[in-house]
Amino acid sequence: MKVLVTVKEVAEADDDFSIEGTDIAESDLEYDLNEWDDYAVEAAVQLAESGVADEVVAVTVGPERAEETIRMALAKGADRAVRVWDDALDGSFPDVASKVDLFEAVVAEEEPDLILGGVQAADTGFGATGVALAERIDFEHAAVVNHLDVDADEGVAHVHRELEGGVEELTDVDLPAVLTVQTGLNEPRYASLRGIRQAQRKEIAAKELSDLGLTAADVESALTVRSMYEPESESDAEIIEGDAGESAGRLAEVLREKGVSA
Amino acid sequence: MSVLVIAEHRRGDLRDVSYEAITAGRELADERGSDLHVAVIGGDVDAFAEELNCEGVDAIHAVDDGEEFDHNAYQTAAAALADRLDAGAVVTPNSVNGLDYAPALAEALGVTLVTDAVGIDYDDGLTVTREMYGSKVETTVDVAGDRFVLTVRGGEWPPVEGVGDATVEAADVDVPESGARVTGFEEVGGGDVDIADADVLVSVGRGIEEEENLELVEEFADALGATLSASRPIVDNGWLPKNRQVGQSGKVVTPDVYIAVGISGAVQHVAGMKGSDTIIAVNTDPNAPIFDIADYAIVGDLFDVVPELIDEFA
Repeated sequence: MKVLVTVKEVAEADDDFSIEGTDIAESDLEYDLNEWDDYAVEAAVQLAESGVADEVVAVTVGPERAEETIRMALAKGADRAVRVWDDALDGSFPDVASKVDLFEAVVAEEEPDLILGGVQAADTGFGATGVALAERIDFEHAAVVNHLDVDADEGVAHVHRELEGGVEELTDVDLPAVLTVQTGLNEPRYASLRGIRQAQRKEIAAKELSDLGLTAADVESALTVRSMYEPESESDAEIIEGDAGESAGRLAEVLREKGVSA
Repeated sequence: MSVLVIAEHRRGDLRDVSYEAITAGRELADERGSDLHVAVIGGDVDAFAEELNCEGVDAIHAVDDGEEFDHNAYQTAAAALADRLDAGAVVTPNSVNGLDYAPALAEALGVTLVTDAVGIDYDDGLTVTREMYGSKVETTVDVAGDRFVLTVRGGEWPPVEGVGDATVEAADVDVPESGARVTGFEEVGGGDVDIADADVLVSVGRGIEEEENLELVEEFADALGATLSASRPIVDNGWLPKNRQVGQSGKVVTPDVYIAVGISGAVQHVAGMKGSDTIIAVNTDPNAPIFDIADYAIVGDLFDVVPELIDEFA
């Protein structure tokens, strides 16, 4: 079985940041592997280690900078990677359908049996690409999976979907399928030194739109960010000032007023 | 063109987000000058249709197919109704189940999808307010074209009220066999402690950094006679069991006093504790969203403040 795992390099804003135009200033952003995707990578690598998956291919949409992040997926055990980028994508706010266009083309080349990705990206938070992709490529799907057991012989993934309020839905999903993975599914490993060394020799195939049989018109986004701003604080909290000892003293007073004590 | 809202239910009850989505749908219908249709799919559709007959709903479509949520049935029925009703706008809750079919629905309809809306404005076209970068900023996003699927965040629109005079009709939809079969449900988070019963909770988050540092907040909770709870990352890491998790996917708690230690206050966490009587937050980041709902705030390092607090109560 071949597993495709979608990963994204996400931007995280520093505690202090400024907004330039319709985005956070580049100097106030730090890039890292999307937390949810880390769990998807781990799930894919575990499938390889248990003999269920023969090959794990990581795929990302991102500029050259993203190679560092996708190499993390390789260091953790993915066999090779595909990185899709094109000047036509630079500076746009892609809609779900254009991301699906890109992944659809990669899926056509790779022909995976199972696609794993995170529930959402920490920066844009759409939570939609995996399920939309499944519809496009005629795969089954399950969103927000927090327990996974793949039975390759049966051609079924037994999953739990994490619903709200401490309830899990137990579902059998026919393969081929796209599963979006929730944090907590497993314990993502740290890349070993050996893994990091091996990752240097693994292939990252860079693809442009033309390599995938697409044009700039295919990935034109229906979404435009008009403005970005810091939400006004609705806080009417009493800010307890002072050093740690002073503020702890004042808070202890508040707690005693509320009748809190052992 | 009409607006179509898809209701959500689970194990015999309509979920609150259904009524909130209707409010958002009505807002959109008013701004677009169109009718508001509501669909309820599966379960006791007749009883649900009666409950959903609220002020401002023009028509309710009951699709009697199965008992529980099934993404295949939801997608097929919503697509068929959107087509029949010429619904240019389809609105669903941005719930775990909403995210299991709304993206496929938009793809099948060939329309634009915008998820997790916290505000909408319609003037020539749709503009959606959404958060980005983990709630640090809000954005307004313009949507090209006048056909879309929109998922709306829970708790952002008030639930619709009042009794309406909507027409109710049964809608026949041919649902093909699904390749994803729900076999049951499992309650998680049972065990020794029910954090929902506690009067005072000391809740610990990512700011604690390492598992061995948990001792510090345990000692603090003991000093106060409080119960220890946690935000999601602590449970994801396996440092505390699931029954200690506060938030959307964990427990909803309403203690007299909730002390958030090193918790930034992601929307999923806040949904589980905003009903607490008094909220106290200790966090290093002055912009952390937890301070928006706190009554008392200490902007500082928990590793400095908590030991002092323990001394106060020792």
